[in-house]
Amino acid sequence: MQTQEIQKISSQVRRDILRMVHGCQSGHPGGSLGCTDLLVELFFNTMHLKTDSAGKVVFDMDGKNEDLFFLSNGHISPVIYSVLARRGYFSTAELATFRKIDTRLQGHPTPHEHLEGIRIASGSLGQGLSVAIGAAQAKKLNGDQSTVFCLMGDGEQNEGQVWEAAMYAPHHKVDNLIAFIDENGQQIDGPTEKVMSNRDLQAKYEAFGWNVMRMDGNNAEDIQNTLKKAKAELGQGSPIMIIMKTEMGAGVDFMMYSHKWHGVAPNDQQLQDALAQLEETLGDY
Amino acid sequence: MALFTYETKKDTRSGFGAGMEYLSQHNPKVVALCADLIGSLKLEGFIKNSPERFFQTGIAEANMIGISAGLTLGGFIPFATTFANFGTGRVYDQIRQSVAYSGKNVKICCSHAGLTLGEDGATHQILEDIGLMKMLPGMVVINPCDYNQTKAATIAIADYEGPVYLRFGRPVVPVFTPEDQKFEIGKAVHLVEGTDVTILATGHLVWEAIQAAEALLEKGIKAEVINIHTIKPLDVQAILASVKKTGCVVTAEEHQYNGGLGDSVAQYLAMKHPTPMEFVGVNDSFGESGKPAELMEKYGLNAEAIVAKAIKVMARK
Repeated sequence: MQTQEIQKISSQVRRDILRMVHGCQSGHPGGSLGCTDLLVELFFNTMHLKTDSAGKVVFDMDGKNEDLFFLSNGHISPVIYSVLARRGYFSTAELATFRKIDTRLQGHPTPHEHLEGIRIASGSLGQGLSVAIGAAQAKKLNGDQSTVFCLMGDGEQNEGQVWEAAMYAPHHKVDNLIAFIDENGQQIDGPTEKVMSNRDLQAKYEAFGWNVMRMDGNNAEDIQNTLKKAKAELGQGSPIMIIMKTEMGAGVDFMMYSHKWHGVAPNDQQLQDALAQLEETLGDY
Repeated sequence: MALFTYETKKDTRSGFGAGMEYLSQHNPKVVALCADLIGSLKLEGFIKNSPERFFQTGIAEANMIGISAGLTLGGFIPFATTFANFGTGRVYDQIRQSVAYSGKNVKICCSHAGLTLGEDGATHQILEDIGLMKMLPGMVVINPCDYNQTKAATIAIADYEGPVYLRFGRPVVPVFTPEDQKFEIGKAVHLVEGTDVTILATGHLVWEAIQAAEALLEKGIKAEVINIHTIKPLDVQAILASVKKTGCVVTAEEHQYNGGLGDSVAQYLAMKHPTPMEFVGVNDSFGESGKPAELMEKYGLNAEAIVAKAIKVMARK
């Protein structure tokens, strides 16, 4: 798929994110907007997903012989919900139920409500990489050649379990795994450098034995090229970590360059101002 | 008069190891994980038969739980193993989010539960694990009583779809249940029939409860002994039928009063059939170093303690 088409979908996903968060006046727009370009590329281009004869995606929990994606930083649920709905896992109309009573679109993603496309609960940070590694090892046991993807936040790197997983994956040669760190440099209490410095993430993961790459997580072309390169380097004994630089709030000028929009919903006027910056390409839900 | 006899004493963890060895040969979907305690968990047989289905995680229990959750995708049945303290309390949130809330078919199987690992002391003992695990929605909690029952339980939980916590221990205890038993999750086992007092015991305390019943019989008291190997789901029908007959009940477990078998029974009976009740367990305390038998005596977790509580509760009828 051409990057222009990816960008069109991303524009709609960003509109969805803003409208979902506005609709319930809660949720996390900043990181969701920042990771939109990656998730759209993954689900609409890079990942091999199971489909029926008509080409519509079909979901089963085991996910054998298809690529799997795990969201470890579950608070950016709006972006995964929008992308899954736009990809056809469930109706886009359901996006309007986000965070509301009786919804399957819980504040943080969970398979507990049987939402198609979600295979693990996340929200309590630091657990997704371990789960992704387990799923990758299950694929190896099954002789399944497909790939496992996992996204983490940079603030999430504070969690000790991340480093248990970081040590495990190269030791066990989990080389069917591509993980990402969303390096937006922000966490709830402020810039990561002030709250708890990650220092040199690339050097750290390389020291643990990962094949580390970097990309601009808000540049559709760079994302596509880096993913192509990463896929070509699978199966060579090392897991792959892509550290991607993003802007929180990417796509909406007044939400960028600050952590203010980490977990704050726009009011009516702010929503209108934000939507004015994003073309409606696929039709709002 | 001996109500039950035995020929050998074995550790329940070896029953787990034997069950895993059986599963290595009979269930290709079972995979095992261990956090640097292969010998303590008796996993050598499984690993020898199925090295490709064993995952060494190193001393990293949180990661082990997450990897177990991931391994269920693709149809595997992970058995995550370590000591009971490190496999429950240390990783409670990982179990809560990645296993229980996510509905993953993971078996958390832990040795050294309770006081009876002895000399290592309170950091390696745990008396809260039943409570921690039973509070998780959907979690099954099993505490078998001897080698044969632990082996049977290990094999049985592989066929059950859903998260399970299986706890067992290190000391050698009499092997008195049948070698060929069929283990039914949630189905209590009547060991001794009686009419005067019901003794509900779990794990290592089941043998002590039988000894207590023998001692009570010498005093002319007919105790009914039921092995509650599954704390959740609790076999409430068996419990209700027995206490309706005897009119009083003692629970016995190697665990805190809080969160254990006793409070599950008390909660049920308070709602359905209020009954005089006494508890044998640890009363809001950590353990300490010592020989297992010394600890069980000091903390009142033996046959003598059960006899005393039985006499006490009968006086309250």
